Amino acid sequence: MNLQFLVDGLLTGSIIGLGAIGVTLTYSILRFSNFAHGEFISWGAYATLFTSGILGWAMGGAVPAIGPFSFGWTLLVAAVFAMALTGLLALGLDYVLFRHLRRRANAITAVMASFGASMALRSLLEFFFTSSPTYFSKKLQIAKQLGLGIRATPDQMVLIGLTAALVLSIHLLLTRTQTGRSMRAVSENPDLARVAGIDVARIVNITWMIGGALACAAGIMVGLLVQIRPYMGFDLLLPLFAAAILGGIGSVPGALIGGLIVGLAEAVAVQTVGAEWRAAIAFLLLIVVLIVRPSGLFGVRS
Amino acid sequence: MLDLLNLGLAGYIAFFLATALSYSILCLGLNLQWGQTGLFNVGVAGFAAVGAYTSAILTTPPSDMHFGGFGLPIVVGWGGAMLVSAAVTGFIGLATLRLRSDYLAIATFGVAVTIQLVALNAQWLTGGPFGIGFIPRMFGGLAGNALAFNFANLATIAVVVLVLYLALERLVRSPWGRVLRAVREDEEAATSLGKSPARYRLQAFVLGGAIMGLGGAVQAHFIGFIAPENYLPTLTFQVWTMLIIGGSGNNLGAILGGVVIWALWALSGSAIQAIFPPEQQARAAALQITGIGVLLSVALILRPRGLLGEKIIVSRHMDLADTLAPPASAKAE
Amino acid sequence: MSAPQAENQPILAVTDLVSGYDPGVPIVRGASMTVAPGEIVVILGPNGAGKSTFIKSIAGLVPKQSGSVRLEGREIAALPAHRLVHEGLAFVPQTENVFGQMSVEDNLRLAAGILPKAERAPQLDKMYGMFADLARQRHLLAGRLSGGQRQMVAVARALMVSPRVVMLDEPSAGLSPKLVEQVFVNLAGIRKAGVTIVLVEQNARAALAIADRAYILAEGRNAHEGGAADLWNDPAIAALYLGGGKLRGREVPA
Repeated sequence: MNLQFLVDGLLTGSIIGLGAIGVTLTYSILRFSNFAHGEFISWGAYATLFTSGILGWAMGGAVPAIGPFSFGWTLLVAAVFAMALTGLLALGLDYVLFRHLRRRANAITAVMASFGASMALRSLLEFFFTSSPTYFSKKLQIAKQLGLGIRATPDQMVLIGLTAALVLSIHLLLTRTQTGRSMRAVSENPDLARVAGIDVARIVNITWMIGGALACAAGIMVGLLVQIRPYMGFDLLLPLFAAAILGGIGSVPGALIGGLIVGLAEAVAVQTVGAEWRAAIAFLLLIVVLIVRPSGLFGVRS
Repeated sequence: MLDLLNLGLAGYIAFFLATALSYSILCLGLNLQWGQTGLFNVGVAGFAAVGAYTSAILTTPPSDMHFGGFGLPIVVGWGGAMLVSAAVTGFIGLATLRLRSDYLAIATFGVAVTIQLVALNAQWLTGGPFGIGFIPRMFGGLAGNALAFNFANLATIAVVVLVLYLALERLVRSPWGRVLRAVREDEEAATSLGKSPARYRLQAFVLGGAIMGLGGAVQAHFIGFIAPENYLPTLTFQVWTMLIIGGSGNNLGAILGGVVIWALWALSGSAIQAIFPPEQQARAAALQITGIGVLLSVALILRPRGLLGEKIIVSRHMDLADTLAPPASAKAE
Repeated sequence: MSAPQAENQPILAVTDLVSGYDPGVPIVRGASMTVAPGEIVVILGPNGAGKSTFIKSIAGLVPKQSGSVRLEGREIAALPAHRLVHEGLAFVPQTENVFGQMSVEDNLRLAAGILPKAERAPQLDKMYGMFADLARQRHLLAGRLSGGQRQMVAVARALMVSPRVVMLDEPSAGLSPKLVEQVFVNLAGIRKAGVTIVLVEQNARAALAIADRAYILAEGRNAHEGGAADLWNDPAIAALYLGGGKLRGREVPA
């Protein structure tokens, strides 16, 4: 077995980690497991595709790629735009659906509703774009030798870097800013947060926007590295939950580390057992965590 | 498959109702798990698949495309389906029932995804992506006469639903049913009376899973062919919508929900066929799911108790002291 | 803006408050209270009287069905809970009154967030000056502190925004007698700094020792009201509402 799985695992792990951070934030502040989170990933990717297509058309044709990467500046601009749009999608879904269910003390209804919303959103994508896979660019990338039998394409390397930057930003947000402190406060005790002067509704909105934006980033990564199709987010749902629970629900570093663990495990499995069993790995990890230590690695909530 | 064009209206209605009622069986199983016991099972498709494949393996003629083909009678297939589903459900329940609701949802979701993955990849067992065909039909001898065939199947499935309904209603009013209700409403009180909540929940979970297995088997024998793509989360989602719309906690609601939602599904399917040109129909079919998703969300907001809501269950012995107040919805921890 | 505070106008005036978690089942059934600036007012009463619900309703944590709450003459009953600190009304809940998973410093800086940026650091220093122990423990997780120290963090958190009125729900609950004494000494000190205090208390004895006036609630309504000294001296009232027995016998700490 060669070490290539490290790169694959790191990439998959980054994607899962970004999504899991969104799931864990939503869970800790909104108190329910959002089954529609996968759709934020898919819609994010399609939104980026759509926007970069419009930008490209406005520019009068194909925009040259930047350096060794497969994408041009139109994708970068589209990405920023789409991350905001996906944040708004999450906010909109909350406004239309989840907000009405908050009054009931019952988190189960919200989960059920999120399941329904996920099916509706995914099917809409299928309707608009058909279920055929599509891509950001048809350019093939040459992988570079990194030594130790590991190869990575320039896209892969920069995406790992971008993930690190994103995660670091979230970490700084949560630990060094008033907004981050407010988010941590609301996740621990919403009533006390109110008493301390925090507008909980505003924090909820911010949480949705961040979750949506991170999911969009994950979707762009999948789109660049693999392909874009309506089921791309849904197929990641089980790994996302497994990662968030493994890391300890409510913990952002936990979600990232959980994601990396799931990603690496999947990469190992692909090399040893076969790619078709990939989805079962997340499930196995999930069951082991739920049986052995449901609070996960860095669990803050019992 | 059936030549629907030759069915005529009566035949079509019989076919439609038979299919709807087969879904109602799944719904009855889910109602026992969720409506009566408050267990959030998001893996319905998986348990249906276990039942369908078990029955198929037991009853199909010998084949080298998949495991078994033992050629046993349909009744044996169905019995086997229920047993194996019960066993699988029990195994999963032991591992996961003590989890809180949304973890149970995620776990059961994962179970269904994994079962579908096994169905897809373990070709030696399940036939892989090719599925299992030649599943013996009920009243297969009537296959030449579409009308009679569909009516006979409808009658059979209706009898199964009726028997299940009566049995479940009896169960709900029995002492076991009352303890189950008590466990759901006030676990501490039930424990103080010496009842083990975990045991009762597991029993309800397993029984519900067995019923789901039966539903899967019934569907398999009605259609005659099963494949992994029949057991995607879409199926779980359809059954959940049926239960919520029909009225969870209520067995009649479960049956009604199956018919209503299946009717909507069939109607929307026909509408799509009528509106969209043939080359667009694959993508337009996605709108059916969108519609059901929206319907479920709207129902959860506006009328979470569905059409028939939750009934007040009174003990068979009509002892007023035992009368329970209208139950509150199941609590999340 | 609001008119300047007229002389003799109460700083906090609650009139005929009806509130409860379930709209059909009010726990507070028309209770009233007025508090003059700089007073310490204590709310007493038997268990289940609705004292805690009363104060939580004023704080915006329990839905109000009817009634008026005026702070410095301004009607605040309809304001959401998080706006009240902006208006100058702070609340210290009885339990879970600190963010245990955040450091002491983060707890305080969180509260300071509603102040203008320039005031945050000075206010934090001022709080550390007032509560020396907190300064030492600033980087510890609030949940790791002892009960008495957590209480200090909770009170400091409320004071961070320099409120005009602070409300506390049973600040002595769960504390040893020595700590209880310390709490009430602190409260007297806070009043000296010009902050009006309203507290719900089960420990009538300790509360009446520092209070100016007291309200007694029973079954969600006003049962009695009077000067603390009067209640202190009236055995009938004590017997009726405060669990009987004498209240006398403890010196009021200076």
